[in-house]
Amino acid sequence: MTVQGHNVSLHERARRIRCHALRMGEVQGQGYIAQALDIADVLAVAYFHAMRYRPEDPEWEGRDRFLLSNGHYAIALYAALIEAGIVPEAELETYGFDDSRLPMSGMASYTPGMEMSGGSLGLGLGIAVGRCLGLKRKRSDSVVYTLFSDGELDEGSKWEAMMSAAHHKLDNLIAVVDVNNQQADGPSGQMMGFEPLVDKVRAFGWFVQRVDGNDLNAVVAAFDAAKTHEGAVPRMIIADTVMGKGVPFLETRERNHFMRVDANEWKLALAALQDGSRQ
Amino acid sequence: MKPTSSTTTPKPRLTTSAMIASIAAEGQPTRPAPFGHALIELARRRPEVVGMTADLGKYTDLHVFAKEFPDRYYQMGMAEQLLFGGASGLAAEGFMPFVTTYAVFASRRAYDFIHQTIAEEDRNVKIACALPGLTSGYGPSHQAAEDLALFRAMPNMTVIDPCDALEIEQVVPAMAAHRGPVYMRLLRGQVPLVLDEYGYKFELGRAKHLRSGDDVLIISSGLLTMRALEAEKKLEAERVGASVLHVPTIKPLDVETIVAACRKPGRAVVVAENHTVIGGLGEAVAAVLMRERVHPAFHMIGLPDEFLAAGALPTLHDRYGISTDAIASSVKSWL
Repeated sequence: MTVQGHNVSLHERARRIRCHALRMGEVQGQGYIAQALDIADVLAVAYFHAMRYRPEDPEWEGRDRFLLSNGHYAIALYAALIEAGIVPEAELETYGFDDSRLPMSGMASYTPGMEMSGGSLGLGLGIAVGRCLGLKRKRSDSVVYTLFSDGELDEGSKWEAMMSAAHHKLDNLIAVVDVNNQQADGPSGQMMGFEPLVDKVRAFGWFVQRVDGNDLNAVVAAFDAAKTHEGAVPRMIIADTVMGKGVPFLETRERNHFMRVDANEWKLALAALQDGSRQ
Repeated sequence: MKPTSSTTTPKPRLTTSAMIASIAAEGQPTRPAPFGHALIELARRRPEVVGMTADLGKYTDLHVFAKEFPDRYYQMGMAEQLLFGGASGLAAEGFMPFVTTYAVFASRRAYDFIHQTIAEEDRNVKIACALPGLTSGYGPSHQAAEDLALFRAMPNMTVIDPCDALEIEQVVPAMAAHRGPVYMRLLRGQVPLVLDEYGYKFELGRAKHLRSGDDVLIISSGLLTMRALEAEKKLEAERVGASVLHVPTIKPLDVETIVAACRKPGRAVVVAENHTVIGGLGEAVAAVLMRERVHPAFHMIGLPDEFLAAGALPTLHDRYGISTDAIASSVKSWL
């Protein structure tokens, strides 16, 4: 699926993803909205520039796989799945309610297009290694994308999987790390220093790029380079992002893992995004 | 030559039973690597079968599979979290990974990874783990006294504790025939052959009567079924009639057969397991009997709720009451 094919700009896709996420946040009165806003640009590029899939057949064998390791970003992925036509837009009204297909934390059996169960952090990259091995065994040219957060780098399992992906020469793996420098107890770098991240991951044998994750052109270029890189190595895109991106009063709000949004602010945030679209 | 002051034969000093110790008694018939050979047979018929391990291929009998199918074997390095996450991924792509490590590492180190990426996602992954219960004298680091309790508590997980080489050979294809995650306790190396003389056939979810007697019913699984059968012979010589009901499938439990056997009046019930007395077969059977209002005299033989000692397996099995002699003597004391 390409931008041209739908005649909708990536900028507009990203804006709509943010709007879908805010509407889900509003119906539930809560959600990891600051993360959804920061990662919307990356998801727009993934779903409307980079990935191959069929909206009407989410389990199509020839699809690229997208593994959401940071399950609490589900609100963002649901927004992307809605925008991609995999989940009906009307369903966002059910977000987080009993018996919804859109639970607060992403789980494989609940939602079309959700490839794994997250929630417990540090699971995704290891699963991705297995997916890539399986796809190679099937001689498939599908790519495995996985998104995880900087806080997940604290988990040893991520580094096991990084070593393994390079060992097995998994050139069908593109991992995206969202560096918003915020985890549950505070700024990620203060919880456990992870820099210099590019050097570390490169030393593990990966092709690494670091980009402004809210600069659509930069993100497109990074995905393109990750897909076309010649080496038989796994690929990582480190995306520096701004929590609350696109909604000025949330961008400047005191940083918090689970950002507080007052009842009246959801509409204000949506309005801010509508204004942004007219600029 | 120094004169010796003692005329009695000194007791042999037993060395530590480390990872490759065989549980076979001297002179007992055995078969080599029954798991590995059964997996080769299965893989010939099922092209989706792959083998995975975390630096323990040689110690889980997966090395024979690796030799036969080198391109279907994944050495994941000594990284159990990756091992099980990777198995989930391979299963999601349509393969059937048979994954091996030691029971301690699957049940303790990688529990959340199995829970979330395999059981919760309901992936078709088959886990076979060596050194279950007290089958190593290396100390608590390698003694998986609580693996059954942990995997019983995991939704979607089928749990099997086979007794001998014959049963392992039958369990492997049955694991493949069952769609969904399975945990099997693995006996490796030269594995005793016991059940052939009982005309035994493994069926997933079914308990099987191996011996019948009127004084006591021994309900057992795994290695302790082998011991219970030996104890039964000793008891018979002392005119104590023991029934032995083998329960290889710990979950789902064959409630019907167990309850029917326990209803028979005048028979004490003894549950014997190579596992801590907390959360294993004994407590599972006790709960079933309470629910069904069946109240026989009830006893449990199992490992104590403590960190077990290092040493030689025969010494430790005696000390913790799971040797043949210890079982026979416990049973007699309860009648």
